[in-house]
Amino acid sequence: MAALSPADPADFAEDQPVVEVHDVDKVFTLRHTRSIKEYLVWRLRGRKGELSETFKALDGVSLEIRPGESVGLLGLNGSGTSTLLKLISGVMQPDSGEVLVAGRVAGLIEVGAGFHPDLTGRENVFLNGAILGMSEAQIQRDFDDIVAFSEIARFIDTEVKFYSSGMFLRLAFSVAVYSEPDIFLVDEILAVGDEPFQAKCLARIRELHEGGQTLVVVSHDLDKVKEICDRGVVLDHGHLAMDGTINEAVCHLREAR
Amino acid sequence: MKGRSDSRRLRRPGHSRGLAEIPRWGFLLKLLVRKELRVRYRGSALGMLWTYVKPATQLVVYYLAMGKFLSLDRQISNYVVYLFSGMVAINFFNEVFRNTTGSIVWNAPLVGKIYLPRELFPVSSLWVAFVHFLPQAGVLLVGALVFGWRPGPANLAAFVLGVLVVGLMSLGLGLMFAAWNVLFRDAENFVELIAMVVMWLSPVFYSWSLVKQAAPDWLWIIYQSNPLVSGVELFHYAFWAPTSGVRGTAGVMPPDWMAWAGEALLGAVVLVAIGQMVFRRHEAKFAQEL
Repeated sequence: MAALSPADPADFAEDQPVVEVHDVDKVFTLRHTRSIKEYLVWRLRGRKGELSETFKALDGVSLEIRPGESVGLLGLNGSGTSTLLKLISGVMQPDSGEVLVAGRVAGLIEVGAGFHPDLTGRENVFLNGAILGMSEAQIQRDFDDIVAFSEIARFIDTEVKFYSSGMFLRLAFSVAVYSEPDIFLVDEILAVGDEPFQAKCLARIRELHEGGQTLVVVSHDLDKVKEICDRGVVLDHGHLAMDGTINEAVCHLREAR
Repeated sequence: MKGRSDSRRLRRPGHSRGLAEIPRWGFLLKLLVRKELRVRYRGSALGMLWTYVKPATQLVVYYLAMGKFLSLDRQISNYVVYLFSGMVAINFFNEVFRNTTGSIVWNAPLVGKIYLPRELFPVSSLWVAFVHFLPQAGVLLVGALVFGWRPGPANLAAFVLGVLVVGLMSLGLGLMFAAWNVLFRDAENFVELIAMVVMWLSPVFYSWSLVKQAAPDWLWIIYQSNPLVSGVELFHYAFWAPTSGVRGTAGVMPPDWMAWAGEALLGAVVLVAIGQMVFRRHEAKFAQEL
């Protein structure tokens, strides 16, 4: 597991941020209509302003994350935590401000997004590994470990559509934890599988963190977040409400409730 | 660890160099193509055989209707080869165009959750279409051989150029329509419309000379400047022109067809550039629109 240790001490000596979020705004436009007929009717009636509604998911958020940190992004539903994660991963772009990252960003935005039910477990491991940015050699090297971690070796050559949802999540999670990105994003997936497997996943995430991996975690399960994060950032209606240790952040959120 | 060398350089996530980035993702591209082929034929008894059944049926129907009932086979010798070489080119175009247009919407779960250079999806559709094109080209080759096909290097070069023109043109249009399709699903219907129009506005069923007789000069120039028309003509030159009975006959190819072929390649490249521009302009909105 050499790759899990800090690859280059120089990365840490300078302690430069690996994620920088500068004064970011993100606005969603909720369009009420997509048809030309409706559009014309609404326009003619002078209701053009009602054609869409805007919703500010993030409002002037700034944040820096240094290598090796494990940050929990906390907030109630709709507070903007998942949106912030999507901006860091590059899936979405900010409307103003700037997001900068260093190195390869990947992780568990949604477990198994790249899985296809008609492919076998083995094929899905390769496909999903490649989607998460692993090279062919890397996947071949780690394949046995990935399957062993998932504990579903017996079914690896079965099509994924025959899997139970638990088996599916196990395999998807296993690929992700072996994908070795520089910045590991985790969105609301700490509830994977049964108790023992969850415990194993948390242990693995902690192990990655101890090996120097930068973690950014979004979850509503505050107790689990406390187990793996050192730092907590609370968002409230798109504003940064507080940034401190994970215990302070959790207290803040619980008091606000 | 992969990417360590530049791991300290800050960059804006979600910005790629577009098509130029694709070669770095060769392994994933290969897996995506394989997946699409697998998914397409799941639960199908005939599987890949469908790539033969569909064009074969088309060929029989059109040959009867056009060649026999409308007697086009009396004007054009070896009409079957003429017809099929044009059809193979148009089918390739239509399949690339249709698949690339849908590629972003069909891959919505991935596009919305994980960042990858989104051009990967249209490009993988292009490769899938190419895999379907090859067996058709094989059948065409056998058919041409039956009619005494004796190609020179120029004919073979015309085939390569024809594939390039049709492939690039459809990729360029596909990139554009894939982006529009995310905003308005009408794009898919437009594509169906275009697919029908191009079949008749290229010399697939009839000879170029009929267009030249019927159309004024300016219209002829417009007709010829469609890169797909040149694409079809290049296929004719590759497969039909060197068959016996046609070989060496005057007036097989339209005037200045080589210059038009050059224009077509240029036009196809320009279309790819425009397609890429349109795609990039809308790319940032894909995840939230899907």
